[in-house]
Amino acid sequence: MKVVVCIKQVPDTKGGVSFNPDGTLNRAAMLAIMNPDDKAGLEAALRLKDQYGAEVTVLTMGLPKAADVLREALAMGADKAVLVTDRVLGGADTWATSTTIAGALRNLDYDLIITGRQAIDGDTAQVGPQIAEHLGLPVISYAQDIKIEGDKVIVERLYDDRYHVLEAQMPCLITALAELNEPRYMTPGGIFDAVQAEVTTWGRADLKDVEDSNLGLNGSPTKIAKASDKVRKGAGEKVVPDSPDEAVAYIVGKLDEKHVI
Amino acid sequence: MDFSLSKEHEMVRTLFKDFAEKEVKPLAQEIDEEHRFPRETVDKMAKYGFMGIPVPKEYGGQGCDTLAYAMCVEELSKVCGTTGVIVSAHTSLCIDPILTFGSEEQKQKYVVPLAKGEKLGAFGLTEPGAGTDAQGQQTKAVLDGDEWVLNGSKCFITNGKEADVYVIFAVTGKVEKRGRIMKEISAFIVEKGTPGFTFGTKENKMGICASSTYELIFTDCRIPKENLLGQQGKGFNIAMHTLDGGRIGIASQALGLAEGALETTINYVKERKQFGKAIGQFQNTQFQLADMATKVEAAKMLVYKAAKKKDEFKKDPKVSYSVEAAMAKLYAAEVAMEVTTKCVQLHGGYGYIKEYDVERMMRDAKITEIYEGTSEVQRMVISAALLK
Repeated sequence: MKVVVCIKQVPDTKGGVSFNPDGTLNRAAMLAIMNPDDKAGLEAALRLKDQYGAEVTVLTMGLPKAADVLREALAMGADKAVLVTDRVLGGADTWATSTTIAGALRNLDYDLIITGRQAIDGDTAQVGPQIAEHLGLPVISYAQDIKIEGDKVIVERLYDDRYHVLEAQMPCLITALAELNEPRYMTPGGIFDAVQAEVTTWGRADLKDVEDSNLGLNGSPTKIAKASDKVRKGAGEKVVPDSPDEAVAYIVGKLDEKHVI
Repeated sequence: MDFSLSKEHEMVRTLFKDFAEKEVKPLAQEIDEEHRFPRETVDKMAKYGFMGIPVPKEYGGQGCDTLAYAMCVEELSKVCGTTGVIVSAHTSLCIDPILTFGSEEQKQKYVVPLAKGEKLGAFGLTEPGAGTDAQGQQTKAVLDGDEWVLNGSKCFITNGKEADVYVIFAVTGKVEKRGRIMKEISAFIVEKGTPGFTFGTKENKMGICASSTYELIFTDCRIPKENLLGQQGKGFNIAMHTLDGGRIGIASQALGLAEGALETTINYVKERKQFGKAIGQFQNTQFQLADMATKVEAAKMLVYKAAKKKDEFKKDPKVSYSVEAAMAKLYAAEVAMEVTTKCVQLHGGYGYIKEYDVERMMRDAKITEIYEGTSEVQRMVISAALLK
């Protein structure tokens, strides 16, 4: 069984956020970690390795320093690592990113692809399902549990107030939630090996069946009008009216006062 | 001269720090108060390979270097001095002598499960009348057929009752050296559960309270002949070599305690207000922090240098790291005691209360000036090399 886990290096939210003039993130200037949902996806894959002897490949797209998260994954127990990096791929939105990753995945054998639900920097939750669409695979999102039975995968898909149990024929793609598990630590020996390990590096030329017009900033339909760091909001005003009518009158009065209505 | 850490060492530091914060720190106060050995933490450390960091992979270890091991003890000790010494005694005092002086059979039988953390190790040299004067040993071992028969006792043994494998020193005869009759000392490997091997008093200590410190008692304890470690009569050399390495572990523990207390105190002085401002804004506090940080950094350089020197020894047995290890332990231990004491002072009354980590750190720091060679012994080792 072969599992590919797509992971992303994201800014560590503890370290502050920096933007480029075009509104995209200045990733080079920020501390970086493995995206938490992706780490849970990696842990799920490593458990499949422990249980069924699966071969686990990790794949990421990013700057050369994104190799750090690949080495972290190797130190946790992944078998192979692929870095997709090229200047022409920079500034990609979810469409261009999923096109790129699908182009890389076409070079690999897999029974299962696992991605995180969403990255803490973009919060779109689009890339995983888009990859599945590009590759013509079934997708199950928001996995909180993954089991394998023969050539099928059985997944608990978490909703706000319930979960669905879904079965899919492999190959398929699953997006994982951080709630899926508690990721393991690296091991000291794993780290020493990972630093020496070979990370396969692919550029634009290695991507299969993709058009240049769908790559990088130029291939991204999303245009960022403006981006800013979080603005701290005031504490607000707390009002406890005696009746619903009084509450309505108060709200309408405030909206009128602010010229909203 | 390169003072920057390699990628490997940056990554292992991240790992140890993360593990210490999440798995060790939450238990530190509780196990100290309850004097309870943290078996659950040892099991987790075993799972992630922390119990065999500098041991080659062919013997069940992680295949890392001494610096990675020192950084592990340092990061653990930043949040819990007890957890640091459990790893240090196990690795430096039990695994290392078997790995260095043991036969291939002994390495396979003992080092492999120890390095995997399936078994815990301890070391028994100290006796009630033989502390700094290791020649004062009273425990005897007599060869009787295919077995050595041990009689005597050891005291203040770290990992005492929790360990499975013990490296024990005993007198096996007398030899004449430079016209003087001296005790011939040999080293042995003793397994828990061997008939005649029992535990005496559990020590009630000032610090590292969760560490299992016991008296070991041997009464006609028969161990197989092949459990002699190294050559008969070479026990004193084995003990001294082992303690050289052990001192790097304890120096790392002391360094961690000093760093942990300083970090905690830096946060505290930013928050604690007196006379209308944070106490960190007073020059007295600032100067004390500056002095402490400078000493901690100097201690770190000595500890890391000693660790690197031990790795050079692994490649070339002619290299000696004895003086570097003694300097690292002497300085780091005295810095740990000074820094933790000053940190308690900067905390004022709160520093004297057990809910504050610096109170425990100060109690834990004291032992680093005493065990595995007192500060006075380190000065003897260093000065002997200077005057040779």
